Amino acid sequence: MTTAQSYLEHSSPPGRRGWKAWLLTHDHKRLGLMYLWAILFWFVLAVLLGLLMRTELMGAGRTIMGAETYSSMFTLHGVIMIFFFGIPAIPAIFGNFFLPIQLGADDVFFPRLNLLSWYLFMFGGGFAIFSLFFGDGFPDTGWTFYVPFSISSAGNVSLTVTAAFILGMSSMLTGLNFVTTFHRLRHKGMGLMKIPLFTWSLYATAWVQILATPVIAITFVLVVLERLLAIGLFEPDRGGDPLLYQHLFWMYSHPAVYIIILPAMGVISEIIPVFSRKAIFGYKGIVYSSLAIAIAGSLVWAHHMYTSGMSDVSVFVFSLLTFLVAVPSAVKVFSWVSTMYRGSIAMSPPFFLSLCFIYLFTVGGLTGLVLGAAGTDIHVHDTHFVVAHFHFVMLGGTGFAFFAALHYWWPKMFGVLYRNRPAYVGAVAAAVGFVFHFVPMLILGMQGMPRRYYDYLPQYETGNFLAGFGAYLLVFGLLLMLLNLVLSLRGRRTAPANPWGGTTLEWTVPSPPPVENFTATPEIKDFPYDFSEIVANSKK
Amino acid sequence: MESSEEHRHIVGYGQLAVVLALLLALTGVTVAVSYIDLGFLNVPAALTIATLKAALVLLFFMHLRYEGPIIRYGFITTVMFLAIMIGFTFWDVAFR
Repeated sequence: MTTAQSYLEHSSPPGRRGWKAWLLTHDHKRLGLMYLWAILFWFVLAVLLGLLMRTELMGAGRTIMGAETYSSMFTLHGVIMIFFFGIPAIPAIFGNFFLPIQLGADDVFFPRLNLLSWYLFMFGGGFAIFSLFFGDGFPDTGWTFYVPFSISSAGNVSLTVTAAFILGMSSMLTGLNFVTTFHRLRHKGMGLMKIPLFTWSLYATAWVQILATPVIAITFVLVVLERLLAIGLFEPDRGGDPLLYQHLFWMYSHPAVYIIILPAMGVISEIIPVFSRKAIFGYKGIVYSSLAIAIAGSLVWAHHMYTSGMSDVSVFVFSLLTFLVAVPSAVKVFSWVSTMYRGSIAMSPPFFLSLCFIYLFTVGGLTGLVLGAAGTDIHVHDTHFVVAHFHFVMLGGTGFAFFAALHYWWPKMFGVLYRNRPAYVGAVAAAVGFVFHFVPMLILGMQGMPRRYYDYLPQYETGNFLAGFGAYLLVFGLLLMLLNLVLSLRGRRTAPANPWGGTTLEWTVPSPPPVENFTATPEIKDFPYDFSEIVANSKK
Repeated sequence: MESSEEHRHIVGYGQLAVVLALLLALTGVTVAVSYIDLGFLNVPAALTIATLKAALVLLFFMHLRYEGPIIRYGFITTVMFLAIMIGFTFWDVAFR
């Protein structure tokens, strides 16, 4: 197989050239790349917005922006990071690229629908940009769009939630495609317990995408109707109930956290065994815990509402359910660590990033228990503690898993190898910067510093300065890793088909893969993480 | 591939007509019941009839009766999910 036959050289459908070969493609791999560049644009933008916010907070008083600009900044940072990066990143990029290959299929079940999903994503993005520069100005409600403020805010809330609505459609269609592909295009010889864990995690995620996204879609429609027609669903003055909005919002937005973290867990479940040269510990446990997280994670939404005036009975029940979600998450962490135990560890950038993930995600999970317990939550509610916890899970978890996935699958996607040293330097800088950034925020939150304030009392200055310093180091590390990857495309150090010694199907095809994925019928192993052959070959 | 055989079930006009007649009849029942004051049972009665009608549409017009287990379980999961969402929210209101 030569690279001339790769998907980068041949279009699908065949015969299309130039921009048509990309913008009208049905190929899941090309669509994965198209998502990659679009999502990286949004990610870098949101990172820079976050850095500006942190710069503002490094010194007390106004430094580079005022209160209103700061409110718009954290709204944009949140909206972009959640809807444009966190939710689509791993499923849309790596899911699109690798789910069909890991299942032994030549594409997703609905290739045209896949293309439509990408267009909806881009359209939603265009709409979001449009909403910034036209109408009544930047939205300033935070990514949660809480009523009644989002109804009365002068910011351009209507257009921003419409953009999120469109993105939701894209997310649902992707989920639908993945569920259907999983059931209908899976290789005949691949039983349920032969499916790679990344694909399993995408399957669990896809169900949450399909079931939960319509709730937020209709909720956003209701917010727009409230703003335009004042129908009185959420407005207390008109007999509405603001808590109803919070219920509806978190019915989606808490499962959305699991949409964001589950695929990340799938990535880690792929990487850890490969670089431990050892079968994953507790394969079935990880599969069932993915499904359990998807189900239980959909039943805990109101733990965001303990201080909102919700009934005490509900507070008790949702607190209990929240603690249940910790169990399957802990099963995964235990399995990853046990996989490494007595393994033959081969250090690499994706493996190092996976180790960072395990550490940071675990801290995120444990701080989540502080918030899940109704008593302690009241003390730290709406403080920097919450923001730090969330970032431990979302950036320390999904963000590091995203970079781990990039470094793990980059040679397969582009057929080139990157330089390891800048990758390590970037990963270490990002990890150290992350700790400097968010540990002070945990402490600040426990000391009582509220979130979403552009200024603070003098006693919080040291912590905020440290957090700002950490943010610069973190951003340096992230950008260095990205730059190193992009520069590898110029170097053209050709990647072999299986540079890491992986055992799942994507490592059996050339790098980059051919347009039809498999030129011969793929051979399905009894267990997807059987390293006996890899270990035997390495001993020769 | 889990199910390699595509099978299409064609429902006859006669059967469809019977379902349509049942739906129209149940609509009539809904209207008739609305004239009777059943007290607390007013809403449960209306919802029961509506559920019956929805079940007929799903089973026959949307072919759920002839589908495989994946589609059936998928549908049941969705309904359960919705029921839990609505139920838990009402739960909060009931004990507030």
